Amino acid sequence: MALMASSRHEVGARTYPWLVYVLAPILALGLQSLLALHFGFFALIDLPLLITIYYAISKREPISATLVGALIGIAQDGLTHHPLGIFGISKAVVGYIAASLGVRVDTEHHGTRLMLTFAFTLAQTAVLYLLERHMLGQPFAGHWMHELIKAALNALLAVILFALLDLTRRRE
Amino acid sequence: MESFFSRYRNALVLIAVLLAQVIGLATQVRRPGQSASDKGGVRLIRAWEIGLISVPEGILHGIGHGIRGSWMNYVDLIHVRQQNKSLQAQLDALRLEEASMAEDARQAQRLQALLGFQEKYIYKTVAAQVIGTSGTEQSYVLYIDKGTKDGIAADMPVITPDGIVGKTRDVFDHTSQVLEISDATSGAGVIMADTRIQGVLRGNTWGQPEIVNLSPDNRIKPGEPVVTSGGDSIYPRGLAVGTVDRVVSQPEGTLVNVLIKPAANLERLEEVLIITSTGSQMPAAMQQDLSDAQQRASDILAERLPSREDPNAPQTSAGQNANGQSTPATGGETSLPTPPPQPPPAAHPDRFSTSSILPADEMVPGQRATGQAPPAGSGATPSIAAPAPAPVKRHEATAPNATGTGAPASGSASGVAAAPAKRKPVTPAESAPETPSKPANGQLKTGQPEARQPATPQSTQSTAPQGRV
Repeated sequence: MALMASSRHEVGARTYPWLVYVLAPILALGLQSLLALHFGFFALIDLPLLITIYYAISKREPISATLVGALIGIAQDGLTHHPLGIFGISKAVVGYIAASLGVRVDTEHHGTRLMLTFAFTLAQTAVLYLLERHMLGQPFAGHWMHELIKAALNALLAVILFALLDLTRRRE
Repeated sequence: MESFFSRYRNALVLIAVLLAQVIGLATQVRRPGQSASDKGGVRLIRAWEIGLISVPEGILHGIGHGIRGSWMNYVDLIHVRQQNKSLQAQLDALRLEEASMAEDARQAQRLQALLGFQEKYIYKTVAAQVIGTSGTEQSYVLYIDKGTKDGIAADMPVITPDGIVGKTRDVFDHTSQVLEISDATSGAGVIMADTRIQGVLRGNTWGQPEIVNLSPDNRIKPGEPVVTSGGDSIYPRGLAVGTVDRVVSQPEGTLVNVLIKPAANLERLEEVLIITSTGSQMPAAMQQDLSDAQQRASDILAERLPSREDPNAPQTSAGQNANGQSTPATGGETSLPTPPPQPPPAAHPDRFSTSSILPADEMVPGQRATGQAPPAGSGATPSIAAPAPAPVKRHEATAPNATGTGAPASGSASGVAAAPAKRKPVTPAESAPETPSKPANGQLKTGQPEARQPATPQSTQSTAPQGRV
């Protein structure tokens, strides 16, 4: 149980400047849209998902994480031509699970973050598959190897991104 | 009851959020016949978000474009002069090609007018910068920096000089969403250029365009060009779509899908053109281009090909070799008029030779030749029966000489002599003194009839009696 939280400090919620809460999702969406235009491989990266996970494991409040995940997901849906709610539902689920696990797991460790992001990326893909294929009846682009590579890339980037976002945390 | 809600508060909130979104999804699902554009609140949400995102995207894109433009326009200019020269040569070649196609285009227009076919010409386009994408693999859409304020509307074709890109979907004031042809929900009517097989183009789940639900056909080969068919009422006919990549069988059924390699580079788009106006009449500028094409091409030819005063040209007369036979025109002499071919001088003139024929005004109707032809080289003119004038044209046109140059075998005079022989057969008694078996000068030349062997049957008929006269 090395990953379990061992002190009150570890399970305590962190606070950030309000500007981070506003700018981080907007920047994530904007960079996702812009970089995918110039670098095709960037479509594999899901910056809004990483922001959702980071917020959830940092705040450790399932309700707020669910709402934030839903809002970021709906905003991501707005950039596509799909109905609003597909990414909203998937990111709400991921935010809820991440916040619930964040209470129990030491999320400061880079290895933990790597594994959590890997698992949550796959979880989002599973929810998207259910929604698009079985609920909306639309074709779904996915292959298990492709999804594993995508999850690994997001996990690696999450380690770097989360470390950068940690720098914006308020000192207690 | 209160403890239930407090205990399962988190889960209940999650369920409520999910339920609300599922209901929202259900209200957005459209039937196939409905419009693809969003309405009401969904459109408002998209407009707000795109307005929020497009501003920083536009700024970042402008900065990047400026840096790249400064580098490429002021620093990275190596080989520009050489490239300019090669492009100029390419431009000349394209002008020549344009000239060769101009007449075909006119003919196609005439035929289309006869058939009542309504061609769609591009009247007006609006250039736009691509400022963003959806950022996901589930949706192949682009965002451009032009909207309703610039005359853009929904379902307008978006192209590049290489080929089609897609069509506009949601249009806002200053931005528009473009649905690429590589998206699974897109659709375009296309036709294969060689096999003329038509189909519907749409993207597969991996973002590659494909023509779906075709019957297997061995004629479909990789590399075959695919163009728009114009049947979808969105894309004008004849725009490049791409080339056939490969044919894949559908997992179920006997139909196949044809994967297309797009002509436009859909992964690296920076600028696109939106076709905002089309019509059935050819634009005036295009008509002017067509009419100018021939003139420009002739100018280029005159500059490139040997001039008419070529000092290295042989001293023979134009269009005629040393033997007096016409030669095929080449190079810059194509525009010079070719002189009428002259028959070679006869080695042994007889009364059929050109030089031995009396002028028409000296001929007497019904008068026959008085006797033997003068000896070769004597220069005396034999007296021959001058029959009624024959249609000379007929023999000139149907009796090419042995050299195949298209000239009459023995000039117009032989035609004069041969024609009445066919129309008015002579009796054996009359023809006896003049039969070919009895040479007029002891050296009857049979070369003329033999030279007419390759002629058409009509000319053979007309020349056969000539040997018996």
